[in-house]
Parts: sequence; C-alpha cells; structure tokens
Amino acid sequence: MSRPLSTAIPRSTVATTAATRRSVLRGLGLGGLAVGGASLLAACGGDSGGGAASGSGATVKFGINEAEGAGAAHDRLAAIAQAYQKESGTKVEVNAVDHNTFQESINTYLQGTPDDVFTWFAGFRMAQFAENGLITDLSDEWPIDGLNDSFKQASTAADGKQYFVPISYYPWAVFYRKSVFEKNGWEAPTTNDDFMALMDDMQGKGITPFAFGDKDGWPAMGTFDILNMRLNGFDFHMSLMAGDEAWDGDEVKGVFDTWRKLLPYHQADPLGRTWQEAATAMGKGECGMYLLGTFVVDALGENGEDLDFFTFPELDSSIGSDALDAPIDGFCVAAAGKNQEAGKAMAKWLGSAAAADAGNNAADAPFIAANSGASTSTYSDLQKKSAEVVGAAANIAQFMDRDTNADFANTVMIPSIQAFLKNPDDIDGVTASIQEQANSIFG
Amino acid sequence: MTHLDEAPRSEKAVAPAQGREKKLPGRDRLTVITMVAIPLVLVVLLVWVPALLSVALSFGKWNGFGDIDTIEWVGVQNYKDIFTIYPAFWPAVQHNLIWLGFLFLFPTVLGMLLAVVLDREMRGSRFYQTAFYMPVVLSLALIGFIWQLFYSRDQGLINQVFHSEVDWYGDPDINLWAVLVATAWRHTGYIMLIYLAGLKGIDASLREAAAVDGANEVRTFFSVIFPVMRPINMVVVVIVVIESLRAFDLVWVINKGRNGLEVIGALVAQNVIGEATRYGFGSALAVIMMLISSVFITIYLRTVFREERQR
Repeated sequence: MSRPLSTAIPRSTVATTAATRRSVLRGLGLGGLAVGGASLLAACGGDSGGGAASGSGATVKFGINEAEGAGAAHDRLAAIAQAYQKESGTKVEVNAVDHNTFQESINTYLQGTPDDVFTWFAGFRMAQFAENGLITDLSDEWPIDGLNDSFKQASTAADGKQYFVPISYYPWAVFYRKSVFEKNGWEAPTTNDDFMALMDDMQGKGITPFAFGDKDGWPAMGTFDILNMRLNGFDFHMSLMAGDEAWDGDEVKGVFDTWRKLLPYHQADPLGRTWQEAATAMGKGECGMYLLGTFVVDALGENGEDLDFFTFPELDSSIGSDALDAPIDGFCVAAAGKNQEAGKAMAKWLGSAAAADAGNNAADAPFIAANSGASTSTYSDLQKKSAEVVGAAANIAQFMDRDTNADFANTVMIPSIQAFLKNPDDIDGVTASIQEQANSIFG
Repeated sequence: MTHLDEAPRSEKAVAPAQGREKKLPGRDRLTVITMVAIPLVLVVLLVWVPALLSVALSFGKWNGFGDIDTIEWVGVQNYKDIFTIYPAFWPAVQHNLIWLGFLFLFPTVLGMLLAVVLDREMRGSRFYQTAFYMPVVLSLALIGFIWQLFYSRDQGLINQVFHSEVDWYGDPDINLWAVLVATAWRHTGYIMLIYLAGLKGIDASLREAAAVDGANEVRTFFSVIFPVMRPINMVVVVIVVIESLRAFDLVWVINKGRNGLEVIGALVAQNVIGEATRYGFGSALAVIMMLISSVFITIYLRTVFREERQR
C-alpha cells in the first residue's frame, strides 16, 4: 500500500476512520460480501449522461481518489479537471472519494456504475483489471507526447496494449539529513564497501544507521523489493512478483539472509513503530538514514530543505544498482463507463504536460510529473533530484503491493515479512510458508 | 352447596373460549401473521440468506471479478488451507479464547466491585460513575488511538515516564496484553453500569432482612444480593462472550490484526475487505467463526429455555 506523494492525512489516521462498525459487519461475512458495497462509490456521482459524446456539450465523469479537504493531492486533481473542462468544452463531473475507501471498493466500483475516467496505479493491479475486461484499451491514444518508453511500458498489460495514462510518480530511496551528514563528514555511498563502512561509522558514533518501522505492514516491502532487485536483478524480481518463481528457492532465501545481516543496522523492534515515528527518528538525527518514498517529508512537517537521498547502493557488481521502486499514479478509463469516447479523449489529455502543469500550479505541493514537457519551476530540490534519478534508472518497479496480486501481498507477504522480522533466524520456515500459500493463491 | 355446584359449570362454559382451538377473528389473525411475517422475512433475508451464501462461497475460490460463474469450486480446500498452511489461524483462535478468559476474570469482576462501591451513595459517586463510564462512549477506534499515545515505543507516555524501551504494540508477546488492558479500560465501565442498574433495582427490604438476621456486608452481597441479580448476571455473561468473539475494532486500528494480535474477526476482514479479495477463503474463516459463536449461543439459549420451563 504505497502512498501517493503528499496526502496530508497520515496513513494511520485514514485507517482509523475506515475501521467502523460497518466494516466489522461486512467483515463478518454476513453482509452478502461483495454485493453490499457496490453502490457505495457509484452513489456519489450524479446521473446525468446524454448530450454529445465528446467535445463541447458533452459530459465526462471523473472519479478521483482524494476527498475534498485532503489537501494538495485533491487540489491538484480538481484543478486538472477544471483545466480540461475549460480547454475542451467537455463538462467534467468530479466524484471525489476518500483515498482508502476508493482503493478498498475498487472491485465493486468497476463492476457497478463507475465514472468514465478514474485515478489508479500502474502495475499488476492495473493489468489485472485489463485482463478481466474492467478497463478500456487505450492503445489508440498512445504514444502521448512527452511520455517516454518506460512509462509506456508501465501502462501496458499482459496483452501488449496500453490501459493506463501516467501523470506522476515518486521514488523510493535512502533519505538522510544533509546537516547530519555534513557534520559527520559522511557522503552518500556508491559501492557496497562504502555503504558498510558508512553504517559502521554511524554505529561507532552512536547513531542507528537505518530508521525502520513496519507497524503498518507495507513499509518493509520496500526493503524486500530493493534487496531483491539488487541481489537477483529486476527481471527476477518482476517474475517473482508475478508468481512465476519459487519463494522458497535460494534466490529469495539469499534476500532474507542479506536482510538478516543488515537488521543489526536497523532500528530495533520495527513492528511497533509507524513509518511516521521512524521518519521522526531520522529527522531528529537519532538515525542516519531511512529507506522510504519521498512522502517521508510529510511526516517531518517541513519542506524537505535539509533532506537529500541516494539510491540504494549496489550489492552485487554483476547486477548493478539501476533499478528502483517508483510507483506511478495515473488514470484508467472504466469499461463500464457510459461515455467511452469522452473518457478516452480526457485520458489522453491527462497524460499531457498541460495537465500536469494545471495541477502543479494550483496546489501548495507539486507532484513529480511523468510528462517530460511539464514545467519543473514549482519543484523542490528533492523533487528535481527525484526526477533525475528516476529518469536515469534503467528499470522501474512499482512496489510490491502494486506489482503482485493484492491478495498475496496483503494476506501473505505482510504477515510473512513481519514473521521474519520477529524471528530473522527462521528463514527456511518463513520462505516455505510463503511458498505454500503462494501455491494456494496463484495455483 | 348450590354455590359450589354452580362454579365448575360456569368454568366449563367459559373454558372452550379460552382453549387452544379457538380461532382468532379475521382481522386479528391478519395482524398476527403480519407481525410474525415481517420480522421473519427480514431475518431470513438479512441473516440467513447471507449466512448460507457465505457458507456456499466458502467452498469456492473467487476474486470478485466477473459474474458468479467465474467462481472456481474447490471443495473443502479453503478449510484445509486454513487449518494447515495459514499461519495466522491457530494463534487467532487462541487469542480469542484468551480475550474471553481475560474479560471474565478482570474487567467483569472489577466492574462489579466498582458498582457495589458506587452504589453506596458516597460523596462524588456521580462523578466517579461518569468517569468510569466515559470510555464506553468512545469508539474502540478512538480508544486505539488514545492508547497509542501511551504505548508508542519511542514517543509514548509509559516509556517516557519509566525510561523503558518496551515495544508495547510491536512485541507479539506483550501486545495482546497491552490491547486487553485497553479493552478492559472500556469494558469495566460498561459492566459497572449494568450492575449499578441491577443493584438499584434490588428491594431494600432484602438488605434490611439480611441485616436483621445478622449478616455482614460481604455475606449479604454473596448470599442475598448476588443470587437475586441472576438475570443481570446472565446478561453480563452474554455480553462478555459476544464482546470477546467480536474482538476486532481495536486490533484492526492498531495493526490490522497481525503480528501477535490475530483474532478471527480481523482475519476475515483482512481477506475480504480492503484490497485483498479472497472471498472464498475469507468466507471459510467467517463460517468457522459463525460455528464457534453458535456453540455459545446454543448453550445460552438452552440455559434460558430450561429456566423458563422450570418456572
């Protein structure tokens, strides 16, 4: 469950409000399961089709996963919708739904009466919808000016067609305080030896090298992803995520073994610590570094002036360090949407530099635009560097819970990684259990 | 004599009218049928149909995409997986039982004690009543948040005050107990209020009689008051059992029921709501939970009915 760049509400709070009595009842399985939630999202949009299919006088419904008042993330999307309405003459009806609710109801939403265009993520979750015919083929709209091949790749499903239009992304990297590094004379490491030396030096000075929190379950997936990509390569990582490689093989065991050796350099007891608390520990200088997405800034309550980052250094010189997690956000057109033509036209425009600029100019905090033609004038230094680093990366993964089956990521990998962190010595037991459950889910 | 002879006769004359074979007038019958039928339809539609559908779903594998014909029927595979390869299941059963035992042992007894003390009309008893009852008004989600402020490893009050480094919510050997304390904080007030209401309803003459017979306070409570409150005790037993089977909100808020806080309700939710959509697997878990609840419900109903019959 990687988060978008700058949701103002901390994730834990969102989860809190989501766990109401209603979810208890639904959870009991007595509520008719999937059927109950179908109208939840659809109810938010009005019912006003008709008119021309696209262009002036037409109406397109736009479902966004940020509720009003959610801060910059909502403001950007709302501004983009308005800009499109102004430019194309198509009336845009925005249906704003809280981030978590949107994500959790997506299945029933797409199979009910969805909006024409909706916000979504690249990766397996998008491809899964494509495979099930829930989203519309957008290959006619591609290529889109300013979106390079790696973005096209990320928008492509198993059948080789594009079903997605990216708008923004954010990298996962190792963040640190510039001032802390300067004071201690440290430098961002590039080789494995530098990296180990740096961590030993930090420990010698009484600073925990890595901040680490996994109470929410998903942050540690980022560590697994990067170690797997560094040790076994990007291709192995992606095919492991697709369920085509063994979880109890030597490759994955090697990842856990390396992780086990790195754990003494991490904050102890990660399972009770939220990512916000871990970020605070890094912010206060108690920890030297933190592997997280750029949204680490949100937890620090500052603009990130004193933050910098480097990509995780190479561990195996034959593999290198040119792959990283950089989840991409964007849009899909729902196959069950009423106005397919208007939806497609809008989706194409959403990939343009103009759409990204409209969003970024309207909000306090910009996102990093996927389109290379978008203006970078509103970017912070961190974002400028993010764009550079991701642009230079040869391979981009989306994050474990976007790259693999959501059932597997949420019900198997989160508890399994936590079990490993609880007892790092039982690697055989953890990997065997993952494989058994993977057989049951992918089988 | 004539008087006595007359009485049975008049009884006989009236008796058939009160007998079981008597037919209600048309309109009354209609009313009764409507009054029975509407709740029956609601119960069947809202409880039994979904419950039976869950049972059916539990034999399939379905990710929620597409129509019902995309369900792949796998027999008892889900149950087999739950019992053999699902690492969270057995800990969850154990945690639910610990939950049940703990709620009976501590908050219930403490709640009763508080009720007895507060019932004595001491000064400020109103204030204490409100204070102890306050947590009940809060949602468990909010309670989870409040206790996070105490329990947080790095920033929490407890560790700050005692300069300890206990990982209250993260250490799987401790976190269940930490959560149980938070639950107890709320549950105690609830039980207290129920007993307080029960105690207020007890005839004062019983206490007087006991006092006249020379029983002290403790003796009076255990030999007179407590047995008289039998209906209240029954209610409390049911509430505690339901609360512990229902255990969900608090662990869900804390860590979605993982890492030492597995409870069956949370496992069901993990699998069917949210992004994971293992409807078959989640339904199988829900069915297991339903069976466990049925055991308790059956025991309770049998006890209640037996009592009714004895009366």
